[in-house]
Amino acid sequence: MRFTFDGRELRGEPGDTLAAALLRNGVRVVGRSVELGRPRGIFAAGADEPNALVRVGADPMLAATTVELYDGLEAWSLRGKGRLDLDAVDERRYDKGYLHCDVLVVGGGPAGLAAAVAAGRAGARVILVDEQPRLGGDLLNSRVLLDGAPALDWVDGLDLPSRVLTRTTAVGYYDHNYVVAVERRERGERLWHLRARRVVLATGAHERSLAFPGNDRPGVMLASAARAYANRYGVPPGRRAVVLACADSGYEAARDLEAAGVDVAAIVDPRQEGLVPGTLAGQVVTGTTADAEGVLTGVYVGGGHSVGHSGGYGGGRGDQYIEADLLAVAGGWNPVVHLFSQSQGRVRFDDDLQAFVPDVSAQAERSAGACRGRYGTREAIADGYAAGTEAAALALGRTPDHEATAPETAPATADGWRVPECDERAPRAPAVLWQVEGRSGEPAFADLHRDVTVEDLARAAGTGMRSVEHVKRYTTAGTGADQGKTSGAVVVGVMSALLGAAPGQVGTTTFRPPYTPVSFATLAGRDRGALSDPVRTTAMHDVHVARGAVFENVGQWKRPRYFPVDGEPMEAAVPRECRAARTAVAAMDASTLGKIDLRGADAGEFLDRIYTNTFSTLAVGACRYGVMCRADGMVFDDGTTTRLAEDHFLMTTTTGNAAAVLDWLEEWRQTEWPELDVSFTSVTDHWATVAVVGPRARQVIAVVAPDALGLAFMRYTEADVLGVPGRVFRISFSGELAYEVNVPWAYGRALWEAVLDLGAVPYGTETMHVLRAEKGFAIVGQETDGTVTPQDLGMAWIVSPRKPDFVGKRSHARPDTARPGRKRLVGLLPDDPAALVEEGAQLVAGLREGVVPMLGHVTSSYAGAALGRTFALALAKGVAPGDRLRAVSGAVVHGVTVVDPVFYDKDNARRDGDPLEGSPAPYAGEVRAESPAAACAARFAAASGPAVRLREVAFEPMWEVRGADPGAGLRLGPSWWLVSGNITPQPGWVDVSGQRTILELAGPAAEDVLITGCPIDLHPSAFPGHAQTLLGKTSVILERRDPETCRLYVRSSFARYLAEWLLDALDAL
Amino acid sequence: MLLIECPHCGPRDETEFHYGGQAGVAYPAGEVSDEEWAAYVFLRDNPKGWFRERWFHVHGCRTWFAVERHTVTHEIRTS
Repeated sequence: MRFTFDGRELRGEPGDTLAAALLRNGVRVVGRSVELGRPRGIFAAGADEPNALVRVGADPMLAATTVELYDGLEAWSLRGKGRLDLDAVDERRYDKGYLHCDVLVVGGGPAGLAAAVAAGRAGARVILVDEQPRLGGDLLNSRVLLDGAPALDWVDGLDLPSRVLTRTTAVGYYDHNYVVAVERRERGERLWHLRARRVVLATGAHERSLAFPGNDRPGVMLASAARAYANRYGVPPGRRAVVLACADSGYEAARDLEAAGVDVAAIVDPRQEGLVPGTLAGQVVTGTTADAEGVLTGVYVGGGHSVGHSGGYGGGRGDQYIEADLLAVAGGWNPVVHLFSQSQGRVRFDDDLQAFVPDVSAQAERSAGACRGRYGTREAIADGYAAGTEAAALALGRTPDHEATAPETAPATADGWRVPECDERAPRAPAVLWQVEGRSGEPAFADLHRDVTVEDLARAAGTGMRSVEHVKRYTTAGTGADQGKTSGAVVVGVMSALLGAAPGQVGTTTFRPPYTPVSFATLAGRDRGALSDPVRTTAMHDVHVARGAVFENVGQWKRPRYFPVDGEPMEAAVPRECRAARTAVAAMDASTLGKIDLRGADAGEFLDRIYTNTFSTLAVGACRYGVMCRADGMVFDDGTTTRLAEDHFLMTTTTGNAAAVLDWLEEWRQTEWPELDVSFTSVTDHWATVAVVGPRARQVIAVVAPDALGLAFMRYTEADVLGVPGRVFRISFSGELAYEVNVPWAYGRALWEAVLDLGAVPYGTETMHVLRAEKGFAIVGQETDGTVTPQDLGMAWIVSPRKPDFVGKRSHARPDTARPGRKRLVGLLPDDPAALVEEGAQLVAGLREGVVPMLGHVTSSYAGAALGRTFALALAKGVAPGDRLRAVSGAVVHGVTVVDPVFYDKDNARRDGDPLEGSPAPYAGEVRAESPAAACAARFAAASGPAVRLREVAFEPMWEVRGADPGAGLRLGPSWWLVSGNITPQPGWVDVSGQRTILELAGPAAEDVLITGCPIDLHPSAFPGHAQTLLGKTSVILERRDPETCRLYVRSSFARYLAEWLLDALDAL
Repeated sequence: MLLIECPHCGPRDETEFHYGGQAGVAYPAGEVSDEEWAAYVFLRDNPKGWFRERWFHVHGCRTWFAVERHTVTHEIRTS
């Protein structure tokens, strides 16, 4: 395999990591350190690497020890900090996935493998994740024999669970056994969200170094890493080695290095007895030498003498010098307690192991094997098997049998599984040694990545710092890309020596996710670009786009802001649109307004309690404007509500608040007034709404909805709309004659096109704002900000003084709310009729200079087409019409005069418009139904294949049913069903045929698509057949019709988003 | 990511829910003083330990319900 490093062409072998390949090519210096610029080499063989950080393609910083070599790989060295190549092209497809299991096993070494086998044999659903390309953990790096055969033979013979994720690193362990893992795939990483009843952590142990002078030279390497390169990759990491064996694993490394052809010049063991003849026992490494490039050339070894309180040695004059290009350091082992600690488990310092080990679990979790200090292979297998058996029993609700789950005492487990024999010998306790003071002036590093030396730690201690958390922040030890995997224990050890305290008293810093660095691209997955947030569209959206509308975002909705003609700017389009609405006829797509169907004998009473004004007395067929407040008395939402029948109302809400209002109604109904007979159904997406506005609106209504022609102001009627059953409301938000014409979603486009064909000028939200502001109509969220009462808006008339109570009523009598001098809604006219005051500008009094009190702020500001000048609305205190104020925004100051907030048609003379002229001809255009995803049909077909097929099941009749079980359909909640199909609806069923459409995924890979965005457990044993849940970033009803066919019921306005999301998922499969 | 047991839908991820604050805060009946009313509107307990709180299954069955959650360990028990 060819690859390049800093432009040099090199060759590696399949299976190499980049680090192994670099060593194979004799590359000793792989980068320079972040602060001191010292040459650094490969130090570790896994995720704990502090030195060998490289840029690979679009990835700004990766540990070379974790990068699998591929043909054509291009890598560059770094100096401790990542560098983003903005020109790098990243064509990888990142993705997510959600999985659930009874037992999650993290780590595919001896303990994890045994745990997975045990849990699987016990009948549990098991997921096994491991960071390596193949299973085995440390067995991959060792030459240990199991039952007399190579250990990987034992691995290959295991009966493993079906869901084994290799190349997958568990990076975060969150609440309620939620584990996040990153799978490295060639086509892009996948972020797995794993939810487990029980977790077995079998994350192994990291070897550590110790702080001796010159311990950072290229050629100084962890003994376990040297052994891994020699055994696993066939790359002897040096020619002549010294092994520092503070732990017995050093001897294993020495043996394996020798077998790989490395001349082991000496084994240095600080403990008093060596394991093999010739060991330099009772001695330590006191310094190193290097060549001109900084690469290790030799090692000083001496008897040393104890310094400090614990674990320190000083070099002596009689040190011997040994030539070596490899110093393999076995400083002892640190159980990888990162995930355990993230799960909020408590660690303790084990004096025998000289390491922090798991102590008290905080979640449904158990550590097994080396990550709890069970370092022996056989011991780890037995521990893992016991942990897996216990986890399965607990997950499946059985009582664990502790006799049966302790197989280390017996040759075979109770269920016949046997722990293999192993040729290892039990390790002795490691040397209690953290630092060596040197003969040379070379620094002794505690954290290689951050260039933190013993001297730095001494300085921290000298300033009085006692807590490792403080020391970490002062020295930055442990804050590098490796998050201190090799340095954490050394820092604690050195600090304990400096402070004269036991390591257990010093404690560790907090382990935080992620365990290894995770790119933002991986976290985002496919939720990027057009899919970063759902875009809601109306039935008329494609026509708006075709017409060249300029859109604005209103919540998640795309709404036309204005419709430019011949490329005119907004400053020209809006006055033109306003003129059409004030002098002729104009039309707006008002489909985004929230629409809630309320039914029940107590619906009127309920509305009386929610709105500040009264609705129970509203006549059938009449509309009324209402304001609702939060309990604190502040305006929450407004809109018109219409009584369709005695026990049936339709509420409209603001576009942005529709979901919040429905939640609000549910909250009060369910939690405070459960005795009220009322239910709510969102019909926002069911109805497409066109507002036909202007004195000549009757010319259009006479054609599209002649039944509604005689409608009085604030009245409603069912009507035939272009041959479709619709609803027409005579409601005005502009002061002009206006009709809101509603048809089911499928006919929205046809209605819009007809209205425009009949001469209505399309207008957008900007014109709507100007028209309403000229009339002094406040907009919730623009004039209000959660601190404004209806009275503040000058709308005391809408707050009923007679009703015994409504939400917010008592708050209107609170001293602060009732006091005089609150900010009130006022109008402003700038002195310069062409000057547009900035919204948000501060209002200050008169002509006083210097520090002046702020009286309020501008909430809306427009050039009024009908007024022929600019004007503004504002909230201000202590002002009256005629007052002169200054509106200040940054350096821009405008003089303004306070006026009444109604600028236009104060006596409402315009609302009835012009009488109908002549008898307009019937509409000649086509009235065709169109389903929400119709425009995607061809792409659905093109993306479908044998693995998965995608189609829209369009125009399915649907009803939402409350109360009694209809005996059909999908149960959505308590007393709530969705019934669909060609059946006859019962009275009281709410027609929601336009509210949702159905997208159908079928085929063997359908579930593979769903798990990339659906967080619930889709396993047949857990999934009841249908559910309301999330898919991607939208709510869906998910119905499994057969094992390979799923229907997704999605809100019509979200259908395009979901369609794009599914097409993207199919493309990423 | 909390796993919350919805009484109707079973265990679901926290992202499917809206938080509803302290449970059992009763709407004051009858005449109340400004202080009593302000306490109802603005004041909530914030204990270290078990806390009875409301959740709304907004992306599921739209049911309001109460659970007890330990504010340190996040352990949840239905109540």
